[in-house]
Amino acid sequence: MVAGSQVGHQSDTPGSNISDVDAEGEIEVMSQRQLIWRRFKRHRLAMVATVIVVLFYVVVVFADFLATNDPEDSEADRQYTPPQWLRLFDGIKPDLHVCRLVGTRDQFFRKVYERDCEQKVDIRVFGRGYEYSLFGLKLDRHLFGVDHPELTAEDTVFILGTDVQGRDMYSRLMRGTRLSLLIGLIGIFISLMMGTVLGAVSGFYGGFVDNVIQRGIEIIRSIPTVPLYLGLAAAFPADWSVERRFFAITIVVSLFAWTELARVVRGRYLAMRQEDFVTAAITAGASQRRIIFRHMLPSFYSHIIAASTLNLAFMVISETTLSFLGLGLLPPAISYGTLLFTAQNLQTVALAPWLLIPGLFVVVLVLSLNFMGDGIRDAADPYGS
Amino acid sequence: MLSFIIRRTIYAIIAMWAVSVISFVIINLPAGDFVTTYIATQAATGNVILADEAENLRDVYGLNDPIYVQYVKWITRIVRGELGFSFEFNAPVRQVIEQNLANTLLLALGSVVFIWIVGIPIGIYSAVKQYSPGDYVATFLGFLGLGIPDFLIALVVAYLVFDHFGILLTGLYSAEYLTAPWSFGKALDLAQHLVLPVIILGTAGTASLIRIMRANLLDELKKPYVTTARAKGVTEWQLIMKYPVRYALNPVLSLTAYILPFLISGSVVLSYVLDLPTVGRDFLRALTAQDIYLSGAIILGTGWLTIIGTFFSDLLLAWVDPRIRLEGD
Repeated sequence: MVAGSQVGHQSDTPGSNISDVDAEGEIEVMSQRQLIWRRFKRHRLAMVATVIVVLFYVVVVFADFLATNDPEDSEADRQYTPPQWLRLFDGIKPDLHVCRLVGTRDQFFRKVYERDCEQKVDIRVFGRGYEYSLFGLKLDRHLFGVDHPELTAEDTVFILGTDVQGRDMYSRLMRGTRLSLLIGLIGIFISLMMGTVLGAVSGFYGGFVDNVIQRGIEIIRSIPTVPLYLGLAAAFPADWSVERRFFAITIVVSLFAWTELARVVRGRYLAMRQEDFVTAAITAGASQRRIIFRHMLPSFYSHIIAASTLNLAFMVISETTLSFLGLGLLPPAISYGTLLFTAQNLQTVALAPWLLIPGLFVVVLVLSLNFMGDGIRDAADPYGS
Repeated sequence: MLSFIIRRTIYAIIAMWAVSVISFVIINLPAGDFVTTYIATQAATGNVILADEAENLRDVYGLNDPIYVQYVKWITRIVRGELGFSFEFNAPVRQVIEQNLANTLLLALGSVVFIWIVGIPIGIYSAVKQYSPGDYVATFLGFLGLGIPDFLIALVVAYLVFDHFGILLTGLYSAEYLTAPWSFGKALDLAQHLVLPVIILGTAGTASLIRIMRANLLDELKKPYVTTARAKGVTEWQLIMKYPVRYALNPVLSLTAYILPFLISGSVVLSYVLDLPTVGRDFLRALTAQDIYLSGAIILGTGWLTIIGTFFSDLLLAWVDPRIRLEGD
């Protein structure tokens, strides 16, 4: 009952031929990889999803370059400023700018802001901003931002508004994307290791070993994950450092995610054990390790990628949920979950709906990963329609 | 069939044991034992517990025993129904759980009904009218339902309702009925408050039911007997309802026994966002306060419930589908 359930996605693309005979009568040969890629390209939704996922990973690497303000930079005087949309034109003249925000206090002493488009805040592409390091280099250039000699306090650019402490939501979202996806990536790595090794061993040896591993998987899958995750996460002391907590949560999130992968790998191995090329390898005297990892594993990389993609979506949701409840990552760590943590109070959300934007990112990412995973799986299945 | 039942029973018992060990580990993970926690809470109210008093408490609760002895004692007490004492609620764990159990079950059962009455017809429609616009819409909504975490849906819906109508969608009872005795008005009030949580909790289940129903029915519709029946002039409606749907429903039946515990554990986060008085909300409170007896009992309870649910759904499935019970024989 979790996201990324494994029910197939119907595809209506006609089957592709293994080899096409072209005009000159020569036989065109395609490798397994080319075939999968060709089938995958027909899945338009999966292609779009893949582009979106790639964009998310661009953010992971270039989070600080894309950010406009220092994500930690707080200023009580500008709490809950509404988003200042980027405007590309002034009339018909191209001119990248945002409207200045003029703040006054209402009768409840709350700060209210008004957009004054007469006063423009100019946005400079590749302008200078706060310093950050990227690939070990100290940089201060950002994709865009305010950058001119006489900056006043009103010259702000908060394209997605600010939070309770006046911190820039957009820049925090970029950092949050980095951390949330990093948890997913490391988690995938851990569960890939466990899943492929146990699945491969289970499928290759069969018999007693298989039985023990399969029963173990069944038991783990029958345990409801939500209370268990919460229980484990709550057991971590609150005074742990950000890094330590990060790794602990990553392990919790990946602890139960490998079972699906192990199941997929095992199924493939069982099907493949009877194949001629495996028999040939055994006859040729190859070691079992070599047969598993050199001969069999490459033939279902794509299945592993598909299962990992779906798993990644599950892990992002798990982290977000845990941190949202205050049991996962804790501030000052910035992740989707800790960002949404500030949106728990309905009155606050009503006042500053832009606090829900991290949720939109989660939804887009999770859906894209699901579509991409389904697309890869359909493309990788040689007997698919 | 008998060997199947025996095998499944053994698995279920092993799984229940594994869950109990995991729960016990979780209970013992936080630094310090619960006597330390107790001393801290007492100190906060001004009561000082002396060192030998604390030692006495540890003896009484067997906290000085080796860990496996503690486990055996703990599990025996649990099986006997002694769940311990909740420091956070200042009441026996059993009483805390029983207090909101009815609400929790009501919410979960409501969601099951919702999943059925929405998922099955849409699944049938999607399969019969494959690749129609309606099918695409259903498939896409299914993806959304599976992909979006419940708490986000709850948060957005609650925000929209609050923003447009000024109604706070929290709790299960209006203020005037909170302590009132049961009456028709109170039941109606409860039903009104239940609608949204039930729908939100049911989204993921509905989405997967639509996909399962659609896939099953599509497989079934391709079979020769359907063509035969059609050739004999059975009306389309009768034909679909009489055989393929009945067959496709088999796994759905078993899904229900399996889904209920998942709904209960899924309601934890939802209850937190919408402030519903369920066991899930108490569970989160227990977790943040490190009230180990309460949280441990709830983890163990939902775990066992899930295993028992899966056990019965497997039996149900084996009973209606002989192919399954022969598997592995």
